[in-house]
Amino acid sequence: MIHSLFLVNSSGDIFLEKHWKSVVSRSVCDYFFEAQERASEPENVPPVIPTPHHYLISVLRHRIYFVAVIQSEVPPLFVIEFLHRVVDTFQDYFGLCTEAAIKDNVVVVYELLEEMLDNGFPLATESNILKELIKPPTILRTVVNTITGSTNVGEQLPTGQLSVVPWRRTGVKYTNNEAYFDVVEEIDAIIDKSGSTITAEIQGVIDACVKLTGMPDLTLSFMNPRLLDDVSFHPCVRFKRWEAERILSFIPPDGNFRLLSYHVSSQNLVAIPVYVKHNITFREGSSQGRFELTLGPKQTMGKAVESVLVSSQLPRGVLNANLNASQGTYTFDPVTKLLTWDVGKINPQKLPSLKGSMSLQAGASKPDENPTIIIQFKIQQMAISGLKVNRLDMYGEKYKPFKGIKYMTKAGKFQTGMQRPHVSCVKA
Amino acid sequence: MSSGSGFGDEKGGSSSVGEPEYGHDPASGGIFSSDYKRHDDLKEMLDSNKDSLKLEAMKRIVAMIARGKNASDLFPAVVKNVACKNIEVKKLVYVYLVRYAEEQQDLALLSISTFQRGLKDPNQLIRASALRVLSSIRVTIIVPIMMLAIKEAASDMSPYVRKTAAHAIPKLYSLDPEQKDQLIEVIEKLLADKTTLVAGSVVMAFEEVCPERIDLIHKNYRKLCNLLIDVEEWGQVVIINMLTRYARTQFLNPNVNESLLEESGEKAFYGSDDEEGKEEKAEAAALAKRKPYVMDPDHRLLLRNTKPLLQSRNAAVVMAVAQLYFHLAPKAEVGVIAKALVRLMRSHSEVQYVVLQNVATMTIKRRGMFEPYLKSFYIRSTDPTQIKILKLEVLTNLANETNISTILREFQTYIKSMDKDFVAATIQAIGRCATNIGEVRDTCLNGLVQLLSNRDELVVAESVVVIKKLLQMQPEQHSDIIKHMAKLTDNIQVPMARASILWLIGEYCEHVPKIAPDVLRKMAKTFTNEEDIVKLQIINLAAKLYLTNSKQTKLLTQYVLNLAKYDQNYDIRDRARFIRQLIVPTDKSGALSKYAKKLFLALKPAPVLESPFKDRDHFQLGSLSHLLNAKAGGYQELPDWPETAPDPSVRNVEVPEWTKCSSREKRKEKKVEKPFYSDSEEESGPTESADSESDSASGSGSGSESEESGSGSESEESREESESEQEDKEDEEDKRKKKKKTDRGKVKAPAVESPESEESSGAEEKNRAQKVKGRRSGSESESEEEEESESESSRSESESESESESDTDAKKKKKAPVTKPPPKQAKKESKKEKKEMSLLDLDDFEPTPSPQVTPVNNFLSSSLVTDLEGLSLTDTVMAPTTIAPSGSVKTYELLHRITGEGLGVEYCFSRQPFSPDAHMVAVQIMFTNNTNAETKNLHVEDPKLQSGMRIKEFPEIELLPPGEMVTVVMGIDFCDSTQAANFQLCTHIRKFFVSIQPPVGELMMPVFMTENEFKKEQGQLMGMNEISEKLTLGEKCQNEHGIVQRVTSAANVSRVPCGSDKECRFAGKTVSSGILVLVTVATKEERAAQLTVNCEKMVIGTMLVKDILQALTQ
Repeated sequence: MIHSLFLVNSSGDIFLEKHWKSVVSRSVCDYFFEAQERASEPENVPPVIPTPHHYLISVLRHRIYFVAVIQSEVPPLFVIEFLHRVVDTFQDYFGLCTEAAIKDNVVVVYELLEEMLDNGFPLATESNILKELIKPPTILRTVVNTITGSTNVGEQLPTGQLSVVPWRRTGVKYTNNEAYFDVVEEIDAIIDKSGSTITAEIQGVIDACVKLTGMPDLTLSFMNPRLLDDVSFHPCVRFKRWEAERILSFIPPDGNFRLLSYHVSSQNLVAIPVYVKHNITFREGSSQGRFELTLGPKQTMGKAVESVLVSSQLPRGVLNANLNASQGTYTFDPVTKLLTWDVGKINPQKLPSLKGSMSLQAGASKPDENPTIIIQFKIQQMAISGLKVNRLDMYGEKYKPFKGIKYMTKAGKFQTGMQRPHVSCVKA
Repeated sequence: MSSGSGFGDEKGGSSSVGEPEYGHDPASGGIFSSDYKRHDDLKEMLDSNKDSLKLEAMKRIVAMIARGKNASDLFPAVVKNVACKNIEVKKLVYVYLVRYAEEQQDLALLSISTFQRGLKDPNQLIRASALRVLSSIRVTIIVPIMMLAIKEAASDMSPYVRKTAAHAIPKLYSLDPEQKDQLIEVIEKLLADKTTLVAGSVVMAFEEVCPERIDLIHKNYRKLCNLLIDVEEWGQVVIINMLTRYARTQFLNPNVNESLLEESGEKAFYGSDDEEGKEEKAEAAALAKRKPYVMDPDHRLLLRNTKPLLQSRNAAVVMAVAQLYFHLAPKAEVGVIAKALVRLMRSHSEVQYVVLQNVATMTIKRRGMFEPYLKSFYIRSTDPTQIKILKLEVLTNLANETNISTILREFQTYIKSMDKDFVAATIQAIGRCATNIGEVRDTCLNGLVQLLSNRDELVVAESVVVIKKLLQMQPEQHSDIIKHMAKLTDNIQVPMARASILWLIGEYCEHVPKIAPDVLRKMAKTFTNEEDIVKLQIINLAAKLYLTNSKQTKLLTQYVLNLAKYDQNYDIRDRARFIRQLIVPTDKSGALSKYAKKLFLALKPAPVLESPFKDRDHFQLGSLSHLLNAKAGGYQELPDWPETAPDPSVRNVEVPEWTKCSSREKRKEKKVEKPFYSDSEEESGPTESADSESDSASGSGSGSESEESGSGSESEESREESESEQEDKEDEEDKRKKKKKTDRGKVKAPAVESPESEESSGAEEKNRAQKVKGRRSGSESESEEEEESESESSRSESESESESESDTDAKKKKKAPVTKPPPKQAKKESKKEKKEMSLLDLDDFEPTPSPQVTPVNNFLSSSLVTDLEGLSLTDTVMAPTTIAPSGSVKTYELLHRITGEGLGVEYCFSRQPFSPDAHMVAVQIMFTNNTNAETKNLHVEDPKLQSGMRIKEFPEIELLPPGEMVTVVMGIDFCDSTQAANFQLCTHIRKFFVSIQPPVGELMMPVFMTENEFKKEQGQLMGMNEISEKLTLGEKCQNEHGIVQRVTSAANVSRVPCGSDKECRFAGKTVSSGILVLVTVATKEERAAQLTVNCEKMVIGTMLVKDILQALTQ
């Protein structure tokens, strides 16, 4: 399946290669570099590139291209999903998956890659098993290792690979037994300039951090499980039980993991927690334009909207912007024409606004007046879909675990500002 | 080195520090020599005794490999460390070895012996890793060794080793394709494996080695379908893709009828009216002819079992299921995949890219499926361009009369985007909507014309190109648009757009007679500066005008042609020459010139704007080939549906042959009947032998007696038999006394003193005797059963018959059952009725220590056995079946006849207390020798157990003659877990890895309790220790009777008396730690019931609930 893997940094250098079958020359990447040159943006490199003898399937993460070399038919998603899993594993191990981190830990990276694939076919991708095989480097362990000469490779054999619950290692022990669940929802929305919702959907996940001794068997139930009609689960969740009772029953992996993700589609009504009023005008022939933008909360169930960040790609003709923010700070990059405004918390009594003038390139024609505005925000203690966890029970172990649940709503791909013409316009 | 030099310094810090030192050496100086020196340094470290130095050296070497630097000259130094004790060094050496072995084949051979040793290691993980590295070394010379290792590992006891064997298969295949046939054999064997761990890997091997051998799948099809949900995610993808192909060859198209309708529907929409009528009739006829479609249950099984996987977190799995549904499901059911695919769209952009490609193909065939999700394909300004363009494609495919206005409105917004490629694609999309949907054609055209006044030249150019295509469809009405476009030639610089305008004017010059020559005039002026495609169109325009309006344009045309004659581009020169000959009449002009008008001004068909994804679905969706729209290497075509369904019975899994064979079958029957007979038989077995012993063996006691029955002299044996037979009769006569008899047996047992059996209690010995009897009945059963069911008078006769038989020859006896089957069947029926009753009774007295099956500890010395070969034969034959008290003892396979090379082994949980150790579960093991040769020295070796688990081996079986079977009992302390006990089963020639995994219900033993005690205990096991489940009782267990039967067969518990008839209560305790297990089944109206299990160990409780639930709902 996967023949070789090359890691390419943003300047086009191959800084790591790994082969699972016979060696493929790194010159195969030339085809990739060609495609990279052709693409206007880094993310526009096609994920699948055919070459005369191989196929290159790549993913881009943290400004590193992970280029897998394939020789024969294989589902492309299979490779893509695997590469993402590799990145996730690196992230899990090294905190962040940057070029420097990979280079610093090249031996661990190599050991991991060796365990994850056998002859190009995924072998151990479960983080709990990998951690049993190869211990993640920590500062303490690095120090100890240099002194004692001991290793990162687990001394014990990975019994997890043999178990019926491969995602959980055996013999877990904690003094504080804790189970935390974060319900995080992201709103993806496209909102018209007039404020009407073109499309809005919610993408939710429940991330768990479970540190429990032994083999606990957890059940998580919801107040309103009917909201979850489109879900995907971690393999530990017992699907039958969910189908029958709408209860999540599972033996959790040890540590952090994503229990489930769900999708509340555009067909349902999605509450939009903020609104934006903006007015950007340019006059023909004048080198000045006016800029006005106001934000306000909407349908937030009384919760504060925090960490608000507004960004907008202003038209090319704009030379500079001279604005006045009622709160927070704004920056305008004259090169990329990107305007960002870090608003902070929205105070419903005094709505934040950004007003001022823009100077235009002399002689340029009147730019488009409806740039896209992208908004980021966070609302704590609320899941916008209304999802609520009812209770968490533990079986199989005797101690009383400490349980915690947190809700949060965030903006996902939340954009507004573009004007939708009326049908009549089209017909005119 | 260039890119990684900084990095090398960090990592190999010490070495770079060392470099200057070497620099003093006059010989060194160049980079090569310093490199060489550095490797010397590494070699030294590798040769040292310290693991830490070795490790440091290996780390640096691996870092070199990672950077793509050549480290092959270190091979000899590295390979020496292959047997290093330090695990990390070892692993890194493996990494090195696998990387360079191909280049240094001879040296690589040095390491092989280490791996061969590893293959024999008792630890399964070491075996697996040895096999993994061995098979990864790409050295042709070791192919036979690899082949051997793979074969060996394929029958390893550990599923993990078998999985590794499956992984090794494609490695060997790519190294030496000659091995294909042998490898297919291994694949076939592994396909039959029942563990989820192996399934994914072996199917992957199948796909790489022999994807054409679809016949290998038949027998495993249902198993694969059922295992699928528990297979790890990567294996799921491979299995689903393979099953898609399989299903296409084996089942009928579920959409035969629909697809016809669908086509007709589409045609009616686009096609002309009269055609439509005809077609409809034809289809109606075709439909009438067709038989109603019935889906194969296996086809349904596949669809049903894959559906939950749409919920997987792995995008590849979801996609695999989606393509399966798309290719295999009836049209009405395909819709379920849309939601899951839309969900994937939120994933990484690469995932989006692939999913959108597939959605684009699907939307062409099945537009309705994605229509509800239209808005999910709306484009965001933050999407990468390639995603935007794919979304556009999907939106275009989804456009129809009802949603076109919204879609067009969306498109209008997109045109304002700053991403020009995307804008161009949007304009093309508008063009396609216009051609597909007649109603909006004018609207679109107008919209596009408006775009002609856009400030952005690219937008204008793209619009021109699209307008050109649209105008070709109905040119007459649009002369003003053409005029408008003619004006644009002054401004538009994009060559493609200029060329399009010129072509349009030329083509429709009759509609714009005044403007066209003027355009030509302007073009003639700029001719030399134009791009090639524009030049060609200028020549075209000139020619067309010359033909229609030669008066005004003759000179211009000449001028243009002259310019073209001297153009740099030969294509243009050729064209000019050709056109001149064709249109300018000269005396020499050829015959073609009179057709010039027809050539140039022929009516051209309008272009069809169609999706690039049209017809891409002949590639299996989700595949690489589909994505590239070209066949990738190794792609397996998705076969067309067969016209008629192949024989579905090929998927019927044959019952392993040996269960069919007479002795086995007999045994099962016997077991079923047993509750009825067992009263006498079971009890009589031990007692009788005890009696006979005391009689015959001069009071040596039951222990020695059982021993004797196994190994005693022949004369004794026959006597004993006859005696026992008589006893049997007696027993029959007074069945009611059975309880007393057991007591008697019990009493007798301790009274007997036998030196050999001191450790084993009397009960144990009795067990053995009983078992011996069981074996005998296995072969001889017929005659016995007959006797029993017949009247007593006739009985004595048959008895004598059987006796004589047993005396004469074992083989003869074996045949007996075959010769007399009919009467037996008749009897069986009558027995069945009684069986249920007796079951209940049995349950009641189960807890009282019932007679035991005990292994005689190894006193069968080999010499004795060889002396008394014939005897041991009779021995097997003569024992009656008295294995378990309850009728439905389930037997499990320990070693299949094929895997065991003729030795078949089954086991069951006899539910007898295991007397040598009360904390052990008694497991009864039945060996059958299916070969033509004797199997000797059967014994257990090398148990590998989870911590705390213990095993009490059965005594070695010295000899198992061909065709015979023998039963032994061993004890296993499972520590109240359902973890498997693994051990090796050894014969004189072979070792087999086997494992016994107990169902949770067998981990307990019955406890007697009163109602009050029960309630009290239950009260203490509330809350977390209580698990309740609601259930609907299966049809066959609606009455109390049925429930009791089901529960007791699922778990080894005993019934607790209960005042209410709405409740059944059971109690048991775990064998190992004696923890109470309480089961309550409360029945309600209408088959509803509630099952409650109270147990301190929640895992046991949960599992028990599951098992009982299953038993009750079936």
